[in-house]
Amino acid sequence: MSQFPSAPFCGADDDAILGQLGAWLDEGRGVALATVTKIWGSAPLPVGSHLAVEEGGAFVGSVSGGCIEGAVISAALEAIADGKPRSLEFGVTDEQAWQVGLACGGTIGIYVERVR
Amino acid sequence: MKSKLFRSLQAFRTAQCPVAVVTDRVSGAQALVTAGQVSGDLALAEGTLLGIRGMLAGDASGEVDGLLVRVYGPPWTLVLVGAVHIAQALAPMAALAGFAVKVIDPRRAFATELRFPGVELIVDWPNDVLAASPPNARTAVVTLTHDPKIDDVGLIAALRSPAFFIGALGSNRTHARRKARLAEAGFGEADIARIAAPVGLDLGGRLPGEIAASIVAEIVGVRHGRPRQRP
Repeated sequence: MSQFPSAPFCGADDDAILGQLGAWLDEGRGVALATVTKIWGSAPLPVGSHLAVEEGGAFVGSVSGGCIEGAVISAALEAIADGKPRSLEFGVTDEQAWQVGLACGGTIGIYVERVR
Repeated sequence: MKSKLFRSLQAFRTAQCPVAVVTDRVSGAQALVTAGQVSGDLALAEGTLLGIRGMLAGDASGEVDGLLVRVYGPPWTLVLVGAVHIAQALAPMAALAGFAVKVIDPRRAFATELRFPGVELIVDWPNDVLAASPPNARTAVVTLTHDPKIDDVGLIAALRSPAFFIGALGSNRTHARRKARLAEAGFGEADIARIAAPVGLDLGGRLPGEIAASIVAEIVGVRHGRPRQRP
């Protein structure tokens, strides 16, 4: 068993993010949820942090403090379209991470899934 | 994630029941795990379930046997005794720092929606409110009224609970008198030392917003295990 302990979560953040996701579901909109699964080095947010995305591109929450949100939102829109979950990884050894700007020197694993 | 599982997750969270979403990232299959129940379309071996329940108890998200485990623990709460000016700044600041905030004041003129828009207000005595819903290890209690009639009964209820933070506004002289009253009420030195007073880090500010910031800062530090920054 491997475990990546994280700081206790802010219930208030979860309330806002999951509450908005639920409201989008109620409206019948396509939605996806992104979750930080692993962090190495100086990643800005703890494991479990959420970003919820709606089919029009609106989003709430954060998985990185801002530096890879664009790429995660693109993956979320793809997941909404084809229903397949995705595992993403961004880090200093990854060319794409530099392009999208993960300059903090850490590596982040992210799981993206459609909610329906 | 199936919307049915998402709705159950939200129901457990609303009921303040610790719950974990367990995900097989390859198939997308998921299970919802609480201390007593398992649901969803992901089958879990007994040993795996044991590991997940351990993470649930420790409020730690991560991985077990290659499965993603996201734990949703019970909320952190800040109880403010006194619907005073500083509470008006403190309530929204603490909410931004991740606390569910309750403001208690028996004085109806203070505890008004006009002064505290969107904040949970309870017009009652703090001892009655805290007896009905006792503070737990994720609760902070801060008294703000400067009126011993209201503050003391709140502090006494907090001292009899496992609250992780207890603070009282008021000068060192006020606190000396408060300590004497609590000693007379039967509390020992170690009990009384649990009270952070005057509450808040020493930032030098006197404005309500500055004092509120210093109080939130001290509570956040204690919540994350930082040593108490006071003599």
